[in-house]
Amino acid sequence: MIAFVLRRLAQAVVVMLVVGLIAFALFNFVGDPVALMLPPEATEADREAMRAMLGLDRPFYDQFATFIVNALHGNFGISLRLGRPVSDLIIERLPATLELSFVATVIGLVAGIPLGVYTALRRDSWVSRFLLAASLVGVSLPNFLIGIFLILIFAVWLGWLPSFGRGDVVAIGAWTTGFLTVSGWKAIILPAITLGFYPVTIVMRLVRSEMLEVLRTDYVKFARARGLTDRAIHFHHALKNTMVPVITIVGLQLGGIIAFAIITETVFQWPGMGLLFVQAIQFADIPIMAAYLCLVGLIFVVINLVVDLLYVVVDPRLRVERAAAAQ
Amino acid sequence: MAARWIDSDLFWSFRHRPGVVLAAVIVVVSVLAAIFAPWVAPHNPFDLATLNLGDALTPPAWTPSGNRTYLLGTDDQGRDVLSAIIFGSRMSLLVGVLATLLAMATGVTLGLVSGYVGGKVDALIMRVADIQLAFPAILIALLVDGVARVALKTHFSDQLALYVIVIAIAASGWVRYARTVRGSTLVERNREYVQAARVIGRHPVAIMFTHVLPNALGPVLVLVTLHIGEAIITEAILSFLGVGVPPTQPSLGTLIRIGNDFLFSGEWWITVFPGAALVILVLAINVLGDWLRDALNPRLR
Repeated sequence: MIAFVLRRLAQAVVVMLVVGLIAFALFNFVGDPVALMLPPEATEADREAMRAMLGLDRPFYDQFATFIVNALHGNFGISLRLGRPVSDLIIERLPATLELSFVATVIGLVAGIPLGVYTALRRDSWVSRFLLAASLVGVSLPNFLIGIFLILIFAVWLGWLPSFGRGDVVAIGAWTTGFLTVSGWKAIILPAITLGFYPVTIVMRLVRSEMLEVLRTDYVKFARARGLTDRAIHFHHALKNTMVPVITIVGLQLGGIIAFAIITETVFQWPGMGLLFVQAIQFADIPIMAAYLCLVGLIFVVINLVVDLLYVVVDPRLRVERAAAAQ
Repeated sequence: MAARWIDSDLFWSFRHRPGVVLAAVIVVVSVLAAIFAPWVAPHNPFDLATLNLGDALTPPAWTPSGNRTYLLGTDDQGRDVLSAIIFGSRMSLLVGVLATLLAMATGVTLGLVSGYVGGKVDALIMRVADIQLAFPAILIALLVDGVARVALKTHFSDQLALYVIVIAIAASGWVRYARTVRGSTLVERNREYVQAARVIGRHPVAIMFTHVLPNALGPVLVLVTLHIGEAIITEAILSFLGVGVPPTQPSLGTLIRIGNDFLFSGEWWITVFPGAALVILVLAINVLGDWLRDALNPRLR
């Protein structure tokens, strides 16, 4: 068990180092920082001075080590486009993305689980067939289109909800939240539905297939034989046992939600990290790209690590298999 | 050949699924329209001489202020939306198919080498694949696209943008081919015919591509069909985000992006029709891919 945890931790560190190396290469080789920071009329002596000041004359591994130390301190330099420290920009934008992702995940669970249970219990009803077909269409639908159609209907034609921005936000220390104002709640509805659409279909299909599986097991048959009510069987025995895979998949999807927030944020001009990243790509703003890459890499690595470890904690059978595989 | 095809199980399962037939018709019509776009489209949206700014923002033909020459209306520069969609799906299909083929070629080669050579090469390729699988494809595509844009900043042209986007999408999708082909290669490489080829002294590269590859290609075909739809969506997303196909040769994603700016002034047709075209095209391709996967999988028969 300890060996397994250590192996996974070591793997995670290696992945982060690779991500860091890509970010570092982006930073130092792709964009020429000297040319970016000096005015065009600078002399060769100025360039050399700048190179020495930035440490570009030092060996590669030395520079990489400095980059890692800086990155660990959250120091990614200054945005070329906005002229402000990248860490400040990211911290400013982080709450918007996390709140959006959180609400989208909640929508995924709150809508997906009941729909999954319903389609499993009423397998042959036309509502179930319709829902399954709709979820297939939903997978083929790029989520920026869902956003555009929602804007068209609810913002342009009906005029009920705002189509861009976060509404009024309240600052709590460094964190800004839209959860405390009416306009903040109104603003988050459309983007959260857009972002939550895909998780709803995933959770629904997953819960459905797991429920169908569980309903066939002996202990459910036994529960029926004991004369328990359908309600108790479905929700107490069956649904409970579908939750492990659902939690895992939702956990793994969380990273995907944060990544797909890039698109949703662009559609709704939501002032989060994703929008910042897209604008950084358009303007070749390398420090922001490097920082975003490291941050998202970290989020993904941590999520994968936690899910892997939780698996082992939740399901004792895996402990033996993993321990055997580790040897 | 034709008679053999009509008698086959594949054709039987095709004929008995009306949804699949409809999807096939949609795909064939789209592909033909895309190939013959200059002859099929009622107008040429890129010929500045034929554009008439007086016709700009005409709504679809069936609305009161519509004009029958422009069936689905026009955009802000007087371009016919229907023609733009036909040319746009041409670009979307081109990028989607090229990216899929490039991903397939890369993935199949790496998978073959990984499975056949084994050892450290195998470990390296599969580790890279593992790491990449932990991240969503769209993020990889965005990253490759972004890096290329920065690296080629000084001479970034519209033509180059097309190659960059194809490579970006291919880079985000090769893993599935590599894994599948590696799996089949591991099985095939110990078969007697491969050993025989080795004994008579054929070059390993020749063995890989002429003996092992044909026996590992079956599942790849299904992957390709399902991947094309995904590649088209990825392209549309990149173009929508403004880092994809340039507006001078718009794809469906670019058209949706352009139309998005007119949503609020009430000109919904500029974005809704390209969007609908994208959904229908991708859905049809996915239905075909799903059918092919089920039809070729003997376990599901």
